[in-house]
Amino acid sequence: MLELRDIEAGYGAVRVLHGISLSAAAGEVTCIMGRNGAGKSTLMKAIMGLLPLTAGRITLDGVAIEGLAAHQVPRHGIAYVPQGRRLFAELTVAENLGVGLLVRGGDAALRRHVLDLFPRLEERLDQQARTLSGGEQQMLAIGRALCLGPRVLLLDEPAEGLQPSMITLIRDTVLRLKAEGLAVVLVEQRVEAVLEMADQVVFMANGRVAEIAPARGLAPDAPQFRDHVGI
Amino acid sequence: MGFWPIFLLALMEGLVSAAVLAITAAGLSLVFGVMRVVNVAHGAFFMLGAVGAWFVTTYVPGPPALVFLAAMILAPLCVAALAGLADIAVLKRLNYSPDATIVATIGLLYILEQGALSFFGPSARPVPAPFSFRIQLPWFGYSGYKLAVVVAAVVLLAVLWLMINRTKAGLVMRATQSDPEIARAFGINTDKVYAGVFAFGAGLAALAGVLVVPIQQAYYLMGEGPLLMSFIVVIIGGLGSLRGTLVAALFIGLSDGVISMFFSPTLTEILATLLVAFVLIFRPQGLFGRGAA
Ligand SMILES: Nc1ncnc2c1ncn2[C@@H]1O[C@H](COP(=O)(O)OP(=O)(O)OP(=O)(O)O)[C@@H](O)[C@H]1O
Ligand SMILES: [Mg+2]
Repeated sequence: MLELRDIEAGYGAVRVLHGISLSAAAGEVTCIMGRNGAGKSTLMKAIMGLLPLTAGRITLDGVAIEGLAAHQVPRHGIAYVPQGRRLFAELTVAENLGVGLLVRGGDAALRRHVLDLFPRLEERLDQQARTLSGGEQQMLAIGRALCLGPRVLLLDEPAEGLQPSMITLIRDTVLRLKAEGLAVVLVEQRVEAVLEMADQVVFMANGRVAEIAPARGLAPDAPQFRDHVGI
Repeated sequence: MGFWPIFLLALMEGLVSAAVLAITAAGLSLVFGVMRVVNVAHGAFFMLGAVGAWFVTTYVPGPPALVFLAAMILAPLCVAALAGLADIAVLKRLNYSPDATIVATIGLLYILEQGALSFFGPSARPVPAPFSFRIQLPWFGYSGYKLAVVVAAVVLLAVLWLMINRTKAGLVMRATQSDPEIARAFGINTDKVYAGVFAFGAGLAALAGVLVVPIQQAYYLMGEGPLLMSFIVVIIGGLGSLRGTLVAALFIGLSDGVISMFFSPTLTEILATLLVAFVLIFRPQGLFGRGAA
């Protein structure tokens, strides 16, 4: 279980997150929704230790991870799929996965697991990441993160810019990871996708948590979507 | 001697320049590629390698070849350690900001040169080659040591290439170069990578300095020519592209040999600088670079 208590963080002197608290349980999908600029990606970076916290606590299964150097955070089992994929563009598919495997010292079983999940990657191991299609790039971004063998997976708008068949594949992957017992934290803007995957929905507005609702109680036309996402 | 033997001699001299230049420029290219730091002190590290070789060969007793081998290991190691320290003490504190690090490395250049002036003195000092056999060609004899430098450079650059493209350390370096923030999110300690790359780049320059010193003599300002030529090579080859750097070093080195032999060494520098100007105007990413980074 990943728990955030009163997180404050920002860029330089500009504070973006104001007292965020939430928890993401193993085997559940926690969706983060909010308008552009609400601070969703900033929250992801803060969890990864890529932004210094000015206040608050983050614990993973009771172990405090706030204040760790960024490169130590993945060692605790948190993996990150950033917005816009951010692959190592000049590196090959195999090398991108290789970077994912560094923390685990190149675990062959993990690599196998990832390639079974995304067979398209296995056909393109020696291809440069920048030459992959958008969908393949997203598979690689997720595959690279799963190479850490994480307990928690942070996904920042993985469906952005993808065609429907690819979006379905990503949804199935998320549900499969949930079934495997991962805690998935997913930034997602599309209501129907959220309702298909989420166990709970965190609505963010202006760097604050506006509301946390169990997904079961939300209808597609629930007022929260209108108020906090603007649909 | 007719034209062709002289041309051959020019090419061989050019190959030696190219070999030394390629090693020096590879270090500069690596530091710029991974860290985006324009290291103006690179020439000073080259000089320190040569000066270090003078100290080792002068004060360490033993058979010349063995002592020179010791210099090839000790001098680059000491220079690398110094550079690593400079990274932690100065560049890291500047957050590797591209502008600030240029100024800082200019300062470092002067500190190192003046340090060498104080401890080593203003005169050029020779270092004997570790062996003195000559290769007798039908038209002229040629220094066996110079050929050994070419062979050493080829081996070294091949090892460097393998290191960067086929080892875990190389993967870590390339991932950091590609996206340092995401590299950290995958457990890479980028501070360590930066210190290591800066030290390694300096060590390469120092090794080039050691290799060149039996040909050139050690002198506290000897790094300035190689610094300029390395910049030229790195810009022509494409900033951060190692392959481009090596091809450009070969091209510039060979041209240097030929032009110096038939005209004057100054002409090489004039032409090379002009070439850089044209590259910057018409193909700023370099001949081998891929778009703007
Ligand atoms: N590197 C940065 N430096 C300064 N401010 C930033 C930086 N990145 C984001 N911000 C600011 O932080 C705020 C939150 O941005 P963030 O990227 O977290 O929003 P988001 O909810 O992910 O939006 P989107 O839906 O567009 O991805 C915005 O006001 C943005 O301008
Ligand atoms: Mg975002």
